[in-house]
Amino acid sequence: MSSEDSAVRARAAAQAAARDSYGKLIAFLAARTRDVALAEDALSEAFASALTDWPVRGVPDTPEAWLLTVARRRMVDAARKRRVGEEGAATLQLLAELSQQDDDETQRIPDDRLGLMFVCAHPAIDANVRAPLMLQTILGFDAATIASAFLVAPAAMGQRLVRAKTKIRQAGIPFGLPGHADLQARLGAVLEAIYAAYAEGWADAAGTDARRRNLAQEALWLGRLVATLLPQEPEALGLLSLMLHAEARRGARRDGAGRFVPLASQDTALWDAALIDEAEAALFRASTLGGLSGRYQLEAAVQSAHAVRRRSGSADWRAIAQLYEALAAITDSPVVALNQAMVRAQTQGPARALAGLDALAGDPRLRDYQPYWAARAGLLAACGQAGEADAAYQRAIGLESDPAVREFLQGRRAALCGMPRS
Amino acid sequence: MQYLLMLYSEESADQNLTKAQIGERMSAYGAYSEALRKAGVLLASNRLRPTADATTVRVAAGKTEVLNGPYAETREQCGGYYLIEAPDLDAALAWAARCPGASHGAIEVRPVWAM
Repeated sequence: MSSEDSAVRARAAAQAAARDSYGKLIAFLAARTRDVALAEDALSEAFASALTDWPVRGVPDTPEAWLLTVARRRMVDAARKRRVGEEGAATLQLLAELSQQDDDETQRIPDDRLGLMFVCAHPAIDANVRAPLMLQTILGFDAATIASAFLVAPAAMGQRLVRAKTKIRQAGIPFGLPGHADLQARLGAVLEAIYAAYAEGWADAAGTDARRRNLAQEALWLGRLVATLLPQEPEALGLLSLMLHAEARRGARRDGAGRFVPLASQDTALWDAALIDEAEAALFRASTLGGLSGRYQLEAAVQSAHAVRRRSGSADWRAIAQLYEALAAITDSPVVALNQAMVRAQTQGPARALAGLDALAGDPRLRDYQPYWAARAGLLAACGQAGEADAAYQRAIGLESDPAVREFLQGRRAALCGMPRS
Repeated sequence: MQYLLMLYSEESADQNLTKAQIGERMSAYGAYSEALRKAGVLLASNRLRPTADATTVRVAAGKTEVLNGPYAETREQCGGYYLIEAPDLDAALAWAARCPGASHGAIEVRPVWAM
């Protein structure tokens, strides 16, 4: 084998190890030192060593164990170099923990990723950095990629991540799973962070932005991981089901020319049947676990009621109305209220739905929310109020950042021209 | 805080637009400006004439120099601006992403130096 071949092989092996083991290795190293940044530095040095070592000596039998050994050595070196002072005691403890290495452990690295996710979503960590932190520590995303996805300046995102990691260390946020009482509440934050990552990935409907498309895939991966590691938690399954339902429609959200296609006009033949089946199976499993249905199960059930259009030709609007009622009872989200009003358009006609929207008009959380204005515009048009519909479409167009959706709204607005002004 | 959103795009590409495309784009900008106004964040905005109409002045060693054209020849040129009031950079970036110019060019977001 030429040296070029072995370099390619080594690189491929390192990339595979990075994908499969990154989060596991970070979780393992960080759990023993509570120092996420140190673990990240050590692991990235270990990967760099792999790229120089593996082409020469060949890819080791267990790349994961090799990386762990090198990273651990780097961590011990880094800890030794730290000045003895305020952190002296912590450093000593760190060294003690790191040197407790037994060979058996290196062969079978325990999976602490779930514990690390709970650290990332700890109440002491700012809510807006939880999802980015998870993407970085579990999946190895760099700050610039995360910043683009969340529409934040790269420098600011980098700072937030560094600050969060410092907080984990300084505040002594415990690694590992919280006790049963806290688990429920804290699991909500973990799921919320995963959903936030998915939503950012979902926003790139055309799939032209590889990094964002990746984000949706990675969020699904995290969702599957949590559902696998906590198989008795119905909300983890609910979130997985919700994301799978959304993902199933990815191919139907744009037509051949890249134009936006709203849910009601989507060709159901373009929905991914395998993903829908997986979503339905997850939701069913959640329902067998007992207890009241939480937010994600209810939202997944709404998507499931939309998915029945595949067979019956129309969504199950009665079920959707009931599900939104249940959602409204457990959240004060104006978006749920908005959706409730829009379901009324299907079941009771546009005038009743419009009255529902009027009741929400004063909510400041909807003032700059594009879907509210688009919904309002559609209902006004259906009620024959072309002038007001035009103003509402204009507002929606001005608030939209996706060019395909903007063009769709502009088309709707232009279609008003044929209507008599009231 | 005040932020200046500077809209950069290729002037030459803009010249090749059809009449319908220009109309669509103008209405998108109109809607965006209106959304900024309704949200109470718009302080000022203007569209600039093309860089062909630009003149650059510089005084060096007591000597004035007047040149035809923009200060820098770049592939993309600043074609307009919005001055907005936003609580922080994140909010300013969210408004920049909604600007139609973000889809056919790029928006440079600069905080205004508070005096």
